[in-house]
Amino acid sequence: MTSLPENLIACPHCDLLQVIPALPPRGKARCPRCGKVVQVSKPDSINRTLALTVAAAIAYIVANIWPMMGLAAAGRTSSTTIIGGVEQMWRQGEPITALLVGFCVVLAPAVQIGFMLVLLLAVRRSPAPEWAGELLRWFRFHQPWAMVEVMMLGVLVSLVKIADLATVVPGVGMFSLGALIFLFTGITAAFDPEKVWERVRWANGEGPKEAGG
Amino acid sequence: MKPGTTAAEAGLILCEGCGLLVRPAHAHEPGYCPRCDAELEFRRHESIQRTWALIIGAAICYLPANILPIMLSNQLGRIEKDTIISGVILLYNHGSAVLAAIVLIASVIIPLAKLIALSYLLITVQRGSVKKNRDRAKLYRLVEIVGRWSMLDVFVVTFIVALIQLQPLMAIMPGTGVLFFGAVVVLTMLGAESFDPRLIWDSSKGRWDEDE
Repeated sequence: MTSLPENLIACPHCDLLQVIPALPPRGKARCPRCGKVVQVSKPDSINRTLALTVAAAIAYIVANIWPMMGLAAAGRTSSTTIIGGVEQMWRQGEPITALLVGFCVVLAPAVQIGFMLVLLLAVRRSPAPEWAGELLRWFRFHQPWAMVEVMMLGVLVSLVKIADLATVVPGVGMFSLGALIFLFTGITAAFDPEKVWERVRWANGEGPKEAGG
Repeated sequence: MKPGTTAAEAGLILCEGCGLLVRPAHAHEPGYCPRCDAELEFRRHESIQRTWALIIGAAICYLPANILPIMLSNQLGRIEKDTIISGVILLYNHGSAVLAAIVLIASVIIPLAKLIALSYLLITVQRGSVKKNRDRAKLYRLVEIVGRWSMLDVFVVTFIVALIQLQPLMAIMPGTGVLFFGAVVVLTMLGAESFDPRLIWDSSKGRWDEDE
C-alpha cells in the first residue's frame, strides 16, 4: 500500500481529489467543483463537544420528565410529556406512527447523546479502544433521524391549533426542549469526527495514525 | 496527478464510514476500510435502483397521505375529519398565516418537491447528462437538508392527540393518513440517503461543467 499525501482528500459528493491547505481556526474549505463543504477547522473539538453533550444530557432528561405543555378547558386540565404523546398515539390505534415518533424524538436523541458521551470519554486517552471507531461509524448514519428541532416546531404549531379550544400552558419540558435544540446545533458545530479517528486504533490492528497508512 | 481527477479514476476510494481515502489492493474487490472496517465501494451499491424503489414507494403513499384524514375530532358525538390541507386552511383562517405557510411547505410542498427532485436527478444520471452539474449537486444537498422537516405534521398530530382527551366533551384521534404521511417522509429520507451524488459527475469525465 503506497502512502497517500496527508492532506489529499476526495470530495464526498463528487469524488474530486483535492489537497486541502491548512485552515485557520473556524475556516471552511469547499470543493471547487461541486461546492460541498469538505472540511471545517474546529478548534478544541473534543473538549467543547463533551461540555455541550453533558449539558444536552441534562436538558434531555428535563425535557422528557416534565410536561411539554398543559391545557385547561371546561374546568378540566390535562398535560403531556413527550413519551405521553407517543403512548397516546399507540393507544388511539396508530402503533406504527407511535413507534416512528418515539424513535425520532425519544430514542434517537437519547442514543445520540449517549453515543457521544461514551465516545468522547473513551477517546480522552489515546489510543482509544477499537469499539470507539465502530460507535462513530454508526453515529453518522443515525444522525438525520434525531428530530428535536422539527418536534419543537410541531409543538408550537399544535399550541396554536389548540389555543382556541382551550387555554394552553407551555410546560418546563418545552423550555428545556428549546435549550436542547441549541445544544444539538452546538454539538454538530463543534464535533470533528476526524479528531476522534486520529485517536482510534484502526480496524486492521494498526494505528492510530503514526503507525498506519 | 492532473487536476480534475476523481478518486475513482485514480483507483482510490473515499470510505463512507469514516472519510479515509483508501487505495484498495484490488479494484474489483475493494474489501474493507483498514481504519473503520466499513465495506469499501467506489459508488453506493445499486444506488439508482434502490433510490427509484424508495421514491416510487413514497409516491404511492403520497396520495392516501393527502386524501385520508390525519386527525378525527369527536366533539360531543359529532365527528370531524381533518386532512393535511384542511389543517392548513384551519390555521390560516385562525389568523396564523405564517404557521399555515410553514405547515403547507413542510407537509405538502417539500415531500412533492423531493419526489420530483430525486426523480430528476435519477433520470439525468441515467441519461448520462453532463449539464448543470453544479446546480444538480446543490439540489441534492438541499433535498438532504430539508427532508426531515416534513415530519412536522406527524408531531403536530401526536401532541394534539395527547392533549385533547377530554372525554366525553371532546377527544381527538389520529387518522390513517398520518401513517401514510409518515411513510412518505421516511421513504423519501431513505431515498435521499441511498442516492449517490457522485453519479452526477461521473459522466463528465474530468470536465467540471459544460460551460467551464
